Amino acid sequence: MTDGWPLLSLLVLVPLFGALLILLQRGDEERVGEASRGSAFLLTLITFILSLAAFFRFDPTLKAGHFQLVENIPLFPAIGLSYHLGVDGISMALILLTTLLMPIAILASSHVEKRVREYMVSFLLLESVMIGTFCALDTFLFYVFFEAGLIPMFLIIGIWGGPRRVYASFKFFLYTLLGSVLMLLALIVLYLKAGTTDMEVLLSGGKLIMGIDMQKWLWLAFLASFAVKLPMWPVHTWLPDAHVEAPTAGSIILAGILLKMGGYGFMRFSLPLLPDASAYFVPMMWGLAVIAIVYTSLVALVQEDMKKLIAYSSVAHMGFVTLGLFAFNMYGLQAAMFQMISHGVVSGALFLCVGVLYDRMHTRSIAAYGGVTNVMPKFAVLFMVMTLASVGLPGTSGFVGEFLGLVSTFMASRNPPFPECAATFGWSQTVAFIATTGVVLGAAYMLWLYRRVMYGEVGNAEVAGLKDVTLHELVALVVLAAVVIWLGIYANTVIEFLAPSLERLYGQMTMQPICRIAPMRLP
Amino acid sequence: MTFLSLAPVFPELLLAIGALVLLLVGAFGGDRSASGITDFSVAMLAGVAVIAGASSFAVSDTLTAFGGGYLADSLAGVFKILVLLSASVALLMARGWMQQAGSFRPEYPVLVMLSVLGMMVMLSAGNLLVLYIGLELQSLVLYVLAAFRRDNSRSSEAALKYFVLGGLASGFLLYGISLVYGATGSIAFSDVPVSGHVPLTGMAFILAALLFKISAVPFHMWAPDVYEGAPTPVTAFFSVAPKLAAFGLLLRLLYGPFAGLMAEWQDILMVVSAATMLVGSLAAIGQTNIKRLMAYSSVGHVGFALMGMASGTETGLTAVILYLVFYIVMSLGAFSVILLMQRDGEALENISDLSGVARVHPGLAAAMAMLMFSMAGIPPLVGFFTKLSIFMAVLNSGLVWLAIVGAVASVIGAFYYLRIIKVMYFDEPEGGFDLPLDPSLAMTAVATSVLTLAGVGLLGNLVSVAHYALHVLPLAP
Repeated sequence: MTDGWPLLSLLVLVPLFGALLILLQRGDEERVGEASRGSAFLLTLITFILSLAAFFRFDPTLKAGHFQLVENIPLFPAIGLSYHLGVDGISMALILLTTLLMPIAILASSHVEKRVREYMVSFLLLESVMIGTFCALDTFLFYVFFEAGLIPMFLIIGIWGGPRRVYASFKFFLYTLLGSVLMLLALIVLYLKAGTTDMEVLLSGGKLIMGIDMQKWLWLAFLASFAVKLPMWPVHTWLPDAHVEAPTAGSIILAGILLKMGGYGFMRFSLPLLPDASAYFVPMMWGLAVIAIVYTSLVALVQEDMKKLIAYSSVAHMGFVTLGLFAFNMYGLQAAMFQMISHGVVSGALFLCVGVLYDRMHTRSIAAYGGVTNVMPKFAVLFMVMTLASVGLPGTSGFVGEFLGLVSTFMASRNPPFPECAATFGWSQTVAFIATTGVVLGAAYMLWLYRRVMYGEVGNAEVAGLKDVTLHELVALVVLAAVVIWLGIYANTVIEFLAPSLERLYGQMTMQPICRIAPMRLP
Repeated sequence: MTFLSLAPVFPELLLAIGALVLLLVGAFGGDRSASGITDFSVAMLAGVAVIAGASSFAVSDTLTAFGGGYLADSLAGVFKILVLLSASVALLMARGWMQQAGSFRPEYPVLVMLSVLGMMVMLSAGNLLVLYIGLELQSLVLYVLAAFRRDNSRSSEAALKYFVLGGLASGFLLYGISLVYGATGSIAFSDVPVSGHVPLTGMAFILAALLFKISAVPFHMWAPDVYEGAPTPVTAFFSVAPKLAAFGLLLRLLYGPFAGLMAEWQDILMVVSAATMLVGSLAAIGQTNIKRLMAYSSVGHVGFALMGMASGTETGLTAVILYLVFYIVMSLGAFSVILLMQRDGEALENISDLSGVARVHPGLAAAMAMLMFSMAGIPPLVGFFTKLSIFMAVLNSGLVWLAIVGAVASVIGAFYYLRIIKVMYFDEPEGGFDLPLDPSLAMTAVATSVLTLAGVGLLGNLVSVAHYALHVLPLAP
């Protein structure tokens, strides 16, 4: 399988070496800055093209949904660490999302004038480790990539962020770190139990033989990390702070990709490796997801800061991902993946829109705007597309994800994974009903945001003087809008692409339990 | 006694004679000879490291001298190399700073050599009295070193504190030794496979003295004051060589004569390591002086190493050795940056003095940032992998609660390492440091920070070195 170019290594290494090259430039700060801006954009484009090459080499029709483009080099045998990369449909889709959003994030950074070189280096390093996270097939290597992303993001928020950047960067770092070290302990235990860090082996060898109690502890340790990353209520509080303070491009990457690592983690570790525990914790996860959807939607409704509003909406949208993942049916998994991709594009675009306004007005307060449509017509159209996608209007990508998520939850009671869970899953229609109110609330806060910012009389002289989008911004937004609409109309392309991998995952999730679990009740 | 029977002591003899000769040269040459003597002692330490290393790896059997009172085996050999190398680097780092402070005198390198001699005796001790002699030789020299800036009241105060508390610890040690001797009738390690109440009490006293030396909680109180008061190059030396020697000795004692009491000392070490990790990370949060911060940071790292020690397996001890090696690398690196913190001829010690260094000296800041991220245990830096191997050993022994305490402590610890990075990168610059930067310090900073990345590649080799060192101990795999 390793014939031809090691595409995945290239994907990881091109941004890394690009970052080193940029770091080596010497000379006048301004010129170095401009040069690194250009070269960073070029490098992310090259990475995008490489990811397309990987995409075309990848064979989605392979029925078993096995890993492809595998590379495996032992690194540190004493602890079983090896450099082991490979992709299935799930990771391929997320890698494409990453490489698509990166050039757009760089385009969105034209306002950055302070320490441009270090900024670009941080973003390239971040891209490298994000791609690494999505294609690592060694549990420790996964952790290394998963965690290494904290360093560049910490610097991005802390150096180029807003007034409370120090607070936000520390909160981001420490929250995520606490979750991750617990996951590290779980990964070590997994290694000690299974004797391997090879995820191909772990995922293909059926279930690990371990008691339900052990499964539950490991599952909770994984949850600590993925729940913070996703983020789920009540450990979501770092997200609004990080988003508000991060520079525009930082927010795009944070919402667009870093949050997806949480969902990806559930799909790689919790669900397939610990299915009994996953089924056991379904009531809790549904509960948390519903709270996330309804509560954070209500919170979003009263925000006065545009970025904060979108940040809270992210938590709500990620609630649908959680619902889908724990519905234990194919629709649910499709919903989770689709919602992750869609949210990556839509929220990235929304943060970009806020960035466009912020660059011109230097305020994110909703009250400072009004009537922007009159002066920025092109922007108004694109912002509208993204708002509607976030609301979940049919025809946009947001609809497919939310709709599938709700359908999967409605249907969960029909087909519980294990007979013992039937009682729990009987609640699924109630859960889905409550979650649906989140869709209504979503429409409320997004459309209200749009009305207050864009419609009405021109609010003040500053708004009257606004210039419409520049070429850079236009290109970035149009590309994203095209993706959003394409995904909304031809959703099947993505779903078919993912089908074999998701079916494999579904099979692992619903394998008959080795240890019988006690009947479960809602807590 | 023939000359050949002294062969196991050859490296120590060489160092002792060298130190005495250099002392004479210094006495006649005066302060002018300080620079030459420093060069010579660095070369001497490195040379003895080569000799000790070569002989240790060439002969894998245990050689003894003085009727079994002195052991030259692989465990002693490997730790001696580490002690000698770290001492020579620490000595090399001292020159510029000492010259600036006006205390660059020939006694300094000689004292360092003598304390290293004491550490070597500790590491090779084959009975309880040789252990005591080595420990005292080391400690007495360390007290003098702490007071090396005798015109500086803080330095003298630190030395006095260290001396009084250290004297108490020596008392503990002697008392413990006497109890063990009373119960078993022998002082040789090989004759003391002890169990029972009296030896247990004796072991507890000996353990307390050694835990004092490595500044483990609750015997850590001296560390912040001494680290802060002592001249910075001395602090750098304190943070590496004596810790290594004491850890080597702990390994030999706990897994040698006291192996029979394993269940008891394991309990002690578990509690001590949990407390050490937590105190080290919590107390560091409020510090404003970077040397005090480093003191608590080293307390925290000692806690981690003790956690591996408590696991009681070969995996655990291998992890301890890996952890110590890279702790030393990172500690020397961090101190080389701290030693470079000089503005207008004035040495700076506050964390806030690092404000905005990233703008003025980007290379220096990047080196420090890598060292700090590595100390915090963030991948892909080597500090993560050494922490990982400790965690792995601890979980392998089933000590889940200890691993969780360690995980929490490392997150709290990350906070203050991040704070240094925050000060360097997020704050506005207050001005640069004196240029040209001392080349040996700048080189140490660069070399150690490169090692935090490249060290990952060396881990495999170090594991086999650690296995070699540990093969003399009776261990479960």
